[in-house]
Amino acid sequence: MLYREAGQFKSTYAQDSQIFPLLQDRVAMVALLLVAFIVVPLVGDQYWLSAIITPFLVLSLAALGLNILTGYAGQLSLGTAAFMAIGAFMAYNAVLRIPGIPILAAFAIGGLCAAAVGLVFGLPSLRIKGLYLAVATLACQFFVLWAINRIGWLSNHSSSGVITAQSMAIFGFAIATPAAKYLLTLFVVVFMALAAKNLMRSETGRAFMAVRDMDVAASVIGIPMMKTKLLAFAISSFYCGVAGALYAYCYLGTVEPEAFTLDLSFRVLFMIIIGGVGSILGSFLGAAFITLFPIFLSVGSKWIETLLGIEMSHAVVSNTEAIIFGSLIILFLIVEPLGLARLWQVAKEKLRLWPFPH
Amino acid sequence: MNRKLAVISAALGFALSGTAIAQNEQFVPANFYWVGPYAPGGSGFGGGIIDYMAMINERDGGVNGVKLTWEKCETEYNNARGVECYERVKKHPPTGATVIHPLSTGITYSLIEKATADKIPVISMGYGRTSAADGRVFPYVFPLITTYWSQATVLIKFIGQKAGGMDKLKGKKIAFVYHDSAYGKEPIPVLTDMAKQYGYELIPLAVPHPGNEQQAQWLQIRQAKPDNVILWGWGVMNPTALKAAAKIGYPRDKIIGAWWSGAEEDVLPAGSAAKGYISAGFNAPGSEFAVMKDIKKFVYDKGKGEFEDKARFGSIYHTRGVVAGIVTIEAIRLAQGKFGKGKPITGEQMRWGIEHLNIDDKRLKELGATGLMPTIKVSCMDHEGSGLVKFQQWDGAKWKVITDWMEPDRKLVREKVESDAAQYAKEKGIQPRDCSKEAL
Repeated sequence: MLYREAGQFKSTYAQDSQIFPLLQDRVAMVALLLVAFIVVPLVGDQYWLSAIITPFLVLSLAALGLNILTGYAGQLSLGTAAFMAIGAFMAYNAVLRIPGIPILAAFAIGGLCAAAVGLVFGLPSLRIKGLYLAVATLACQFFVLWAINRIGWLSNHSSSGVITAQSMAIFGFAIATPAAKYLLTLFVVVFMALAAKNLMRSETGRAFMAVRDMDVAASVIGIPMMKTKLLAFAISSFYCGVAGALYAYCYLGTVEPEAFTLDLSFRVLFMIIIGGVGSILGSFLGAAFITLFPIFLSVGSKWIETLLGIEMSHAVVSNTEAIIFGSLIILFLIVEPLGLARLWQVAKEKLRLWPFPH
Repeated sequence: MNRKLAVISAALGFALSGTAIAQNEQFVPANFYWVGPYAPGGSGFGGGIIDYMAMINERDGGVNGVKLTWEKCETEYNNARGVECYERVKKHPPTGATVIHPLSTGITYSLIEKATADKIPVISMGYGRTSAADGRVFPYVFPLITTYWSQATVLIKFIGQKAGGMDKLKGKKIAFVYHDSAYGKEPIPVLTDMAKQYGYELIPLAVPHPGNEQQAQWLQIRQAKPDNVILWGWGVMNPTALKAAAKIGYPRDKIIGAWWSGAEEDVLPAGSAAKGYISAGFNAPGSEFAVMKDIKKFVYDKGKGEFEDKARFGSIYHTRGVVAGIVTIEAIRLAQGKFGKGKPITGEQMRWGIEHLNIDDKRLKELGATGLMPTIKVSCMDHEGSGLVKFQQWDGAKWKVITDWMEPDRKLVREKVESDAAQYAKEKGIQPRDCSKEAL
């Protein structure tokens, strides 16, 4: 009844091509952003801010990066964690070696270095597709970690290979508290998500989708294959690189190359599969599911234990979490192969008709 | 429906009242791991520390009447989960997390800054950042008993002894097979320095995580024919290495393991391939120590205890956890003595307690832990407190201790610790504490 477009007329092209054509959506989005920027830092306690919401945002950005490449441009990649590692380590080196560099510039350098490596490892995509391309990006994953482990310069010759993020400040304002780190992450993520959304609605984005749907047809209608595919790799790697820098600076504080193993690449891939391939919203929903759900399961199992007054062996609880999580993923994929974003879309369509389904 | 509601509200009331009486309690988080490739270490160590606390509660009614409580959190040996667990428990009532045992070098690194800011001490017993032994730069981090660098010097000393003197090391080849992570790479600078000093050739061979694929490395060992192999592995990597060594016919008694390569779980899966293998350790296995008997009497005989598989009782990881328990409880006792007996202490007070820890032979005897662990004396300068290491050999059925406590090369280790800590202090803009001005 409330969610209806009746009476909302569009009289200009600009109105017609808005991201959120419905007034209700715009209001909801502004409210959400207000909550995220003002209410959350005020009411969120340290645990929520630094252990739940910040990692969720960082991984959303990584998932968004992968979604640009895999979801929009159709190039399967298993190198996400490697690009994140490049972002983290190069941002660290930028702060270390360029005195007085603003932190956001360091993040951007991290992202650009990741984009450069992404370009190189994107080259095989001009010849190979699908699973074979995934294997080529797998090489990137292993090569990058190997290089970070072996080249001492990258970790400033730290004996254990672990780097510690330097302290951050923007315009003299120190970013040290969880709330400040959260706000910085949120700002970067919102800005980059908006950029991605607009990019995907532009000519470039449409070229990506044309390549994804059928690359031969796309090249026939005059879309330059090399430029489009490499651009997709570069943009995607840039996003992942910035996510990696945020992971190091705003979340963990220290990173070792082992934080960016293939395991993380797969997790990000699962995020977009569960959230929705080829959807900006899907990246966020998927990241929320994959990062938050295990934590809720582990907290929830404690509530169940106290509530029922039984004591379960912790090993059983830990393993049950893994089993439940795995089964839910399978269930989701069977019930809704297009991901959570599609469920959201269906819900919205139903809501438009509610309460009169016909 | 009504009955259901009543049951739920009763249960809820019970749960609430459970937290309401949490006044005279000391909370020690149990952030370990019970799943994944490193679960034997996590569950064994965690089981040991929890068993010891349960025993103290049962036998003594807590520390001066303050009951010990704990809560388990699964870290999966994963930095991100470890940080989440830390954030979850750090404000736990009544006085927050007393001390954290991360049981992962990676998680320790992630917590150094966070815990220092939150004033919660981190004990990384036998792992973690070696240079944290310099307490002036790392006030809240305690790599207690012994560090990787100390262990590396003792390993070389042990090999030298076996060869008949340190001068015999000249021209020898020593292969270093290590877990390719922060943990495995930590000792390389010390081993390289010692190679220059004693004239042996070091052949570093990295094994990628998790380490169940080692054919290439052992092929290189077969070609290079080193006089000794140092195995610096973790989890599934250890039995795999021993099996691979058996396959190429490398004598097992020439392989010397680090202390995270020397538990029952590391050799049993290798079967007969493990016989004769030697490893380091800073705690002895066994269920005959008085403290272990107490744990059996007050915890296991009452049907409690962490292990369903009773065969793990008294295993290396279990007693190592008990040692961690002893260190923790002794520090709590000490802090209570200064800040008020019979009252829960805060993390800041706990830090004082750990820094003034002094467990000598007499105290070890009182604790019933003679031979189980070395003596410890921690100070503001020295957060390691001991550095002593023992060696043990697997005879096919159990670990047999084959040496007494061995001294590390303190001069070499301390020099490197101080220079590394100074570099960290410079990078982070930390003003090192002046230890002579610390309150006693």
